[in-house]
Amino acid sequence: MTICHLIIATALAAAGAALPLVAQEMPKRGGTLSFAVNAEPPNYDCHANTSFAFIHPVAPHYSTLLKFDAPKYPAVTGDLAESWTVAPDGLTYTFKLRANAKFHDGSPVTSADVKATYERLRNPPAGVVSIRRAQYADMTEIQTPDATTVVFKLKAPDASMLQNFASPWDCIYSAAKLAEDPKFPEKNVFGSGPFTFVEHVRGSHWVGKRNDAYYLKDQPYLDGYKAVFISGAAIINAIQGGQVSIEFRGQTPAERDRLTAAMGDKIRVQEGPWVCNLVIGFNTEKKPFDDARVRRALNLALDRWGGAPGMSRIAIVRDVGGLLRPGYSLAANEADLTAMPGFSKDIRASRAEAVRLLKEAGHDKLKFKLTNRNVPMPYSPVGIFVIDQWRQIGVTVEHDQLETRLYQAALSGGNYEAGMDFNCDFMDEPNLQLLKYLSAKNSPINYGRYNDAKLDDLYEKQKRASDPKERYRLVREFERHVLEQSYTFPTIWYHRIIAHSPQVKGWHVTPSHYIHQELSSVWLSQ
Amino acid sequence: MLRYMIQRMLLMLPTLLGVALLVFFMLRVMPGDIVELKLRADGASVSEDVLNQERARLGLDKPLHVQLATWLGGMLVGDMGLSMWTGQPVAHEIAIRLELSLQVSFMATLIAVLISIPAGTVAALFKDTWIDYIVRVLAIAGLAVPSFWLGMITILSLLTLFSWLPPITFTPFLQDPGANLAQLIWPALAVGYRYSAVATRMTRSALLEVLREDYIRTARAKGVFERLVVARHAMRNAILPVITVIGLEFAFLIGGLVVTEQVFNLNGIGKLFVQAVGRGDYTLIQGLVMLVAFIAVAVNFAVDILYAVFDPRIRYGGR
Repeated sequence: MTICHLIIATALAAAGAALPLVAQEMPKRGGTLSFAVNAEPPNYDCHANTSFAFIHPVAPHYSTLLKFDAPKYPAVTGDLAESWTVAPDGLTYTFKLRANAKFHDGSPVTSADVKATYERLRNPPAGVVSIRRAQYADMTEIQTPDATTVVFKLKAPDASMLQNFASPWDCIYSAAKLAEDPKFPEKNVFGSGPFTFVEHVRGSHWVGKRNDAYYLKDQPYLDGYKAVFISGAAIINAIQGGQVSIEFRGQTPAERDRLTAAMGDKIRVQEGPWVCNLVIGFNTEKKPFDDARVRRALNLALDRWGGAPGMSRIAIVRDVGGLLRPGYSLAANEADLTAMPGFSKDIRASRAEAVRLLKEAGHDKLKFKLTNRNVPMPYSPVGIFVIDQWRQIGVTVEHDQLETRLYQAALSGGNYEAGMDFNCDFMDEPNLQLLKYLSAKNSPINYGRYNDAKLDDLYEKQKRASDPKERYRLVREFERHVLEQSYTFPTIWYHRIIAHSPQVKGWHVTPSHYIHQELSSVWLSQ
Repeated sequence: MLRYMIQRMLLMLPTLLGVALLVFFMLRVMPGDIVELKLRADGASVSEDVLNQERARLGLDKPLHVQLATWLGGMLVGDMGLSMWTGQPVAHEIAIRLELSLQVSFMATLIAVLISIPAGTVAALFKDTWIDYIVRVLAIAGLAVPSFWLGMITILSLLTLFSWLPPITFTPFLQDPGANLAQLIWPALAVGYRYSAVATRMTRSALLEVLREDYIRTARAKGVFERLVVARHAMRNAILPVITVIGLEFAFLIGGLVVTEQVFNLNGIGKLFVQAVGRGDYTLIQGLVMLVAFIAVAVNFAVDILYAVFDPRIRYGGR
């Protein structure tokens, strides 16, 4: 590189750095955002749902106590809470609520509503489903000293508790409505969020309009939004045809390329890492997967570093990481990661070790079936990838792709040998991402059917650790043990691609497709 | 005639009961659990206790005979139950989609009839001429090209050539006929073309067969105009198998436009069917199967009645 090139590069870099300041646009008010949603919510209860198909149309109607600050993720900011404090012992969380927050009927949001909501979450009445009940197991008491103050008491510190209060699933409900009927939220949309509910035509669309009494000044910017339930190629056609401006879950590399080729500067692409990955799990109750040597050999055979660049061109996967998302502060750094079983960059040595282990275990001609979900992206390509990797150590694998219902039944019923499993959360957090690896008696989503006291103990310790360095160490110890045992191990982490109309402003891609969907800061440039 | 109609209507009852029993038990034999799919399929860590509570809430913990009696009892009084996925009444889930499916089916049928009867007749009358060859080639192409593929090509052509796509949400015809037809004409054409191919071939072969009958030769020998021979004598008999085909196809279209509805993003019965089966939503599948079964037997009944109208030899009540 010449001096001239260096000067030009420096000048361009400086210009680039200054660009956001220069190009900062003032949000415009008005317009209706049309977006596509790939599926549809079964009911309207935030506490009983798990899918993005619920969050995308429903989240704009509700407030939560805190929320993630999308441009500064994983930082949290206040939503209903104006301010908060955490006691030094980590056992008391005190929130001061906004005095001007109102439900969509004009009634004020008070500490009683927050208390009723969290009581419902941690101790649901009969007939009410609270999926995230376990996250609040440490909560002992909720106090409401006045209408705008709410105090949560914990029996033990929990390193993830503050972020839990930003969960998009913890919609704040009206205490009065819950007192009338604890199942009220299942069939009614009644929140204090930036948009009020207009209609939901099943199988077709969902409409919200601006809440003029919203507590954030000037927000929301949009007059309203329309979520259209479409799937498959119809979404890309609708984006290209201008019928919808965005689909928030994500597009494949091929879809991105098709849209950019067809639309040029009329499409904008945002990309980033994703807190989702596919993992390979083994039914440890079935031979030979009760033998750690066999499982470890199959882990060692995967050339993640070599495969990731190619896979990222055809599937929504890109980054190599351990049990936590690469790039997350508690994820293994590259030096630590490459020292873990299955993550060495010397694939020849890893595969030689894999072959040796299989021979030692008496399974050098191993044959088995990989149970996978018949979802084209990314289950099928990742399934084909791992099968090809195993072929290279002489293992023959049949790819059994099942409809989701049958796949789920096979995994939870133990009717499989090896299975492609899935991990996806609303935030980066060991308490969430490591849950799958706990003993089966402690984790309903451990489909490997094993129990390992060491993992349970390490999980509990890292959960209580207040020092990030100590937590990092404990998480590494947990990760190393999981990978040595190879009960379940990660493949390649997801990569999120969002191609959208350049008119959509104020929306930032985040590592989770569950957060930043309340749309209060989103606006349209035309 | 009236007696025959009553007999046929009574025969519909055991048919529908048989379908009900078959679908009820077949669904329970299939592996998979809607509760697990609903609460765990997105990776959520939900305990077995919560799953069991939900199963109990849906009545899945009850013995099969109790579940069957509850469902059949409800059906007798017009209550199809609640969807296990959405908690909404099955009748409501079906009703909001039935208008669209019925309209597409009617439009496709109309297109098919308008194409197939004249085309099949002309092909038969000009057998083995270039007209016949063109009709036959077009009919075979209609059978060979799947309607969903034709739909995809239509969508991509509209998008590429005109930068335009049909509306993606349904507007009832009475509310805005323009928007309604702009959305539904394309799937109706795609489906109607395939449908017309079947009916064209049937019209042609039925008419050719009838035209070889003795009474046609007699009519011609008597000097009856050819147009009258065809319209009054031949078509009345040739149309009977065509009516059967059109009736069966229509009944199929109500719930069978699965892929076409997907391609055109139509919120119809076929798409609902696929979603219900994918989720294992027993009550909704049962309701849909019963609806399709009812339409099938009702259309068959109507076809039998039409036979009597078109064929003077049929005297159902004349015994």
